[in-house]
Amino acid sequence: MFKKMEKAKQIENSWDSLVAGVRAGNVRAMARLITRVEDREPGWKDAMKAIWPHTGNARIFGITGSPGTGKSSLTCEIAAELVSRGLSVGIIAVDPSSPFTGGALLGDRLRMKKIFNLKDIFIRSMATRGMLGGLSQAARDVVRIMDAFGKDIILIETVGVGQDEIEVVKAADLVMMVCIPGQGDGIQALKAGVMEIADLYIINKADLPGTDEVMADIQGMLELSSEIGYPVAPVLKTSALKNQGIKDLVETLLTHQAGKNKQEFKRGIQVKEEILTLMEREVFRSIRSRWEHSGELAEAVQQMIDKKKDPYSTVTEMLDHILKE
Amino acid sequence: MDQKKMNMEKKIRVLVAKPGLDGHERGAHVVAYGLRDAGFEVIYTGLRQTTKQIVNTAIQEDVDVIGLSILSGAHLSLSQKVIEGLKTQDAEDIIVIVGGIIPEEDIPLLKAMGVCEVFTAGTPVSAISDFISASISSN
Repeated sequence: MFKKMEKAKQIENSWDSLVAGVRAGNVRAMARLITRVEDREPGWKDAMKAIWPHTGNARIFGITGSPGTGKSSLTCEIAAELVSRGLSVGIIAVDPSSPFTGGALLGDRLRMKKIFNLKDIFIRSMATRGMLGGLSQAARDVVRIMDAFGKDIILIETVGVGQDEIEVVKAADLVMMVCIPGQGDGIQALKAGVMEIADLYIINKADLPGTDEVMADIQGMLELSSEIGYPVAPVLKTSALKNQGIKDLVETLLTHQAGKNKQEFKRGIQVKEEILTLMEREVFRSIRSRWEHSGELAEAVQQMIDKKKDPYSTVTEMLDHILKE
Repeated sequence: MDQKKMNMEKKIRVLVAKPGLDGHERGAHVVAYGLRDAGFEVIYTGLRQTTKQIVNTAIQEDVDVIGLSILSGAHLSLSQKVIEGLKTQDAEDIIVIVGGIIPEEDIPLLKAMGVCEVFTAGTPVSAISDFISASISSN
């Protein structure tokens, strides 16, 4: 078996050639670079430094909403429409990792079969991989790699539950919130504070009864909370399954301008967030690896199990120790 | 051990795919869930995939392994097409394994064309995940 491996043709795996491959439009190089950066292999930050100057050209749209609202199907339709307008599209589809085994079942592609073979579409499934906030940074890195590759539009489709998705869409310029008739989940979502991040509301499955009621609810809520002097976020109706309303939606996406204040405010938050997240991860990573290698962590665990020490002083002592150096 | 520590965040990615006209999805589901529980990131794309779709997906997702689930009897030609497709894209390093209803005498033929291993009905999922872990770590 391994004899076969030696003969196998592979792509050149070094960071430099992967970055060069991305710039030259090599799909395999892009896919591999994403993996290595996502795995945080040593050297990933230098690779991202090399990618950075080539970013800033793509527009990034986030798609969020409760599970079952049709985010994947809608993403598929939006992507197909964008490609038909001559644009090149990257899709990041996020699904949850199991907190117990670290494994994940990534199934968003199931709803995107019809665009698999379009050459202007690149789909990448990502798992949340545990730590909150970690994903948003990884997603940002993937966005940048796709951007440097030359994608015009990047769609990020979120998990659909919890805080993680708010983290993820922070990487987007424009966020769509997908609701459906009958569940009142538009309102639930507004209550949960997703309000601040959505720029556009979509009522998908709008061929079902109850659409107008949900629309009225959402518009009512938006009216209450919108900034005076700025346009209220649009609410659109679609049916991904019947391909209705997709053209209008894409038109709105491409022409949408959020209020300038809001845009600048968001930008500031995004940048700050990114620096803090990166810093947090780096600090954590270095402390943890030192702690584990030196055996101090194992020692601390044992002391706690033996009830010799509490976790609060363990952490405080460790931090003091590090800061003194 | 050290290797493991270095690559704390490295995940094995597996594409579970059903090529061709074959509507029997249960086996693929069981394997997909089993591999997820073994800690892999499993990409599942559903029924009736063309071999071209499978190759494209494997490349974009940069998987380590493609698992083809085939119960239609067309395993020889479908596996051949996937392996050819990988070759033309310089992606021969992706390991291909096959599962399903495969006659005993076809197993050597599949291996000769480059399929790494064949798992027939009744194989425990742990045998598949063990095989994958061993193949990846020795790579």
